[in-house]
Amino acid sequence: MAYSFPEEVLEHVFSFLSSDRDRNAVSLVCKSWYDIERWCRRRIFVGNCYAVSPEIVIRRFPELRAVEMKGKPHFADFNLVPEGWGAYAYPWIAAMAEAYPFLEEIKLKRMVVTDESLELISKSYKNFKVLVLTSCEGFTTDGLASIAANCRHLRELDLRESEVEDLSGHWLSHFPDSCTSLVSLNMSCLGSEVSFSALERLVARSPNLRTLRLNRAVPLERLANLIRRAPQLVELGTGAYSAEIRSDTFSNLADAFSACKQLKTLSGFWDVVPSYLPAMYSVCSGITSLNLSYAAIPSSDLVKLINQCQNLQRLWVLDYIEDSGLDALAASCKGLQELRVFPSDPFGAEPNVPLTEQGLVSVSEGCPKLESVLYFCRQMSNAALIAIAKNRPNFIRFRLCIIDPQAPDYLTLEPLDTGFGAIVENCKELRRLSMTGLLTDRVFKYIGSHAKKLEMLSVAFAGDSDLGLHHVLSGCDSLRKLEIRDCPFGDKALLANAAKLETMRSLWMSSCFVSFGACKLLAQKMPRLNVEVIDERGPPESRPEGCSVERVYVYRTVDSRQRLDRPDFVWTLDEDSSLRYS
Amino acid sequence: MSTEIGSILSEMESSACLKTELTLGLPGGGAAPSKPGSKRGFGDMADLKLGVGCDRGDEVSVSTPPPSKEQVVGWPPVRSYRKNMMKSCKYVKVAVDGAPYLRKVDLEMYSSYEQLLAALEEMFTCLAICDVMNERKIMDSANGIEYVPTYEDRDGDWMLVGDVPWNMFVETCKRVRLMKSSEAAIGLSPKTSSNGLSMN
Repeated sequence: MAYSFPEEVLEHVFSFLSSDRDRNAVSLVCKSWYDIERWCRRRIFVGNCYAVSPEIVIRRFPELRAVEMKGKPHFADFNLVPEGWGAYAYPWIAAMAEAYPFLEEIKLKRMVVTDESLELISKSYKNFKVLVLTSCEGFTTDGLASIAANCRHLRELDLRESEVEDLSGHWLSHFPDSCTSLVSLNMSCLGSEVSFSALERLVARSPNLRTLRLNRAVPLERLANLIRRAPQLVELGTGAYSAEIRSDTFSNLADAFSACKQLKTLSGFWDVVPSYLPAMYSVCSGITSLNLSYAAIPSSDLVKLINQCQNLQRLWVLDYIEDSGLDALAASCKGLQELRVFPSDPFGAEPNVPLTEQGLVSVSEGCPKLESVLYFCRQMSNAALIAIAKNRPNFIRFRLCIIDPQAPDYLTLEPLDTGFGAIVENCKELRRLSMTGLLTDRVFKYIGSHAKKLEMLSVAFAGDSDLGLHHVLSGCDSLRKLEIRDCPFGDKALLANAAKLETMRSLWMSSCFVSFGACKLLAQKMPRLNVEVIDERGPPESRPEGCSVERVYVYRTVDSRQRLDRPDFVWTLDEDSSLRYS
Repeated sequence: MSTEIGSILSEMESSACLKTELTLGLPGGGAAPSKPGSKRGFGDMADLKLGVGCDRGDEVSVSTPPPSKEQVVGWPPVRSYRKNMMKSCKYVKVAVDGAPYLRKVDLEMYSSYEQLLAALEEMFTCLAICDVMNERKIMDSANGIEYVPTYEDRDGDWMLVGDVPWNMFVETCKRVRLMKSSEAAIGLSPKTSSNGLSMN
């Protein structure tokens, strides 16, 4: 039994388990395994910061070194979650500062982080190494200065796409001369100019620097000097990629690039002057990931660049690439795994570039390893989707956005049900799907029948009735996240599948047909779900019976208390269905 | 706001006019047809952003100005981070051959070439955009001189205005020059794909 293995041996065995799933499974074997495991777990991932409380985490896992957490639901990215909804990092940071003096890593996504939190991090953990803030907000460059100044062993500072109040570039100069441990620095989301000499010195004294993502304010003329000081770079994000056309600037840059033998990832490229792109050609054969999604480069120049990058695995690009550019991509980059095409003019009603469904069809034909797609376009047909599905049964992520949200098949004027049906039927490993276009309940029937591995589904302006929602909730066995906006889905499907919601991380429904009464009923039926009604029009029960709520966000939680940090437009309902105001 | 659709729909529901085929039309005759297969324009969607509250009965107040494309909250799903990164205040100098001083325009203020040319027409009041044999031309009505709109791009080449998509023009244009037609025939560089390797 458990006694025949000394604890130390079990602990040693468990130390080889890195996946949360494996560790969770191990904890269920028996009480002593649960206990041993919890003392030796070092990393946790909390997919929804409200699914659990800091106290519960700290009580169960007393020796954590790394915490990764997500806050707001995904639709917050598109302004569907009102300002002030929540996802504050401070309570977590404060609790962990007490409990985990040896904490080394904090990674947060879509959370509100204040300067106070950053200062607390910088002062509480003697061995702090990694700070990654993805799509976060609420802090200023002063907070960054604290981190730079106080974290003596900082390895990673990564501010991916966060919204930072940029007071000045002075924060960078707070890195002490003794700080030589940097491995990764991503400041691409910042606006202000930092001191270039401070930046150069920082780069020069960081021999382990692998990732350097500059911001737009770093001019091209400075880039050569920086990368000369870091020829070991693996990932580089340029600043503004424009300068007066001068041959000495060009050759300086080309020389500097040629010394970077390990470069695999390139990004940045604001304000591109195409004539300077060839300066990078010497590294292109080693490049596996290229993010040109902020670069207005004509298709012909894009094609020249792409033709140099035969080993490309990931490409993010604007629709300036055009169908012809995607044809060239399909011909050159046989190892392509991920493609994202973003719209250069998302709000224009008319197409501004010749990019259509054809580009995606080409790439799906030509790139046998393509498994992940995000594609914005203005027209789609069932025929194209069926062709894509047949070409690429290995899709894992398929996200299609047609700018006109209810566009039918432009050839037949029919709904795009059969097209998306083909996708889920052929792509048996599909884990993530986003759909747009004219879609009826039928597409949801296909999804419910076939998409057995689907974990995340995003739906907008689709469906005819509750049946659509019911198909998804009853059929998709692996569903974890479902986000819906502007669909005629309502109470019946929701209540009929209440139990399903506890097997998922979360459900988001906005501008649908869900009544307040149904929300109350759901909360009553399912005590381990938080049912949040997010409605800015005032108390929901003040409106007539059957009136729909603006938004409802349902998520499972082991924290039985109601959210204490609710703003006044969020109503949560507990078991006795009495209304709680903040 | 997108909340209005929800209000309209639930109003229909509570007034028992909800059938199996849902429409997103307004109560009492809508903008959008209900048959699957009929194209609902994006404009139709935006049309529904009208002031109907759940508690206001059947009254519909119609706002008259055409709905701008941005009215549907969060659509298309482009992150505001990305929108901000693509944005720039784009002031460029505009010179007209023969005019004593230059003007500056913010290209971000316009959404098409038409709008830009109309604005230039206003700025340089002697000019008029005329249709000459189905071609848009800019003319000085006083002396009959024709102008060709050109711009300098980031590569330093002088290009004819109108060749590239509007958004790319806004991004890559450094300055605008209305060149006299007579000079234009000699002066313009043919649009070369930038080899740029005149550097080597």
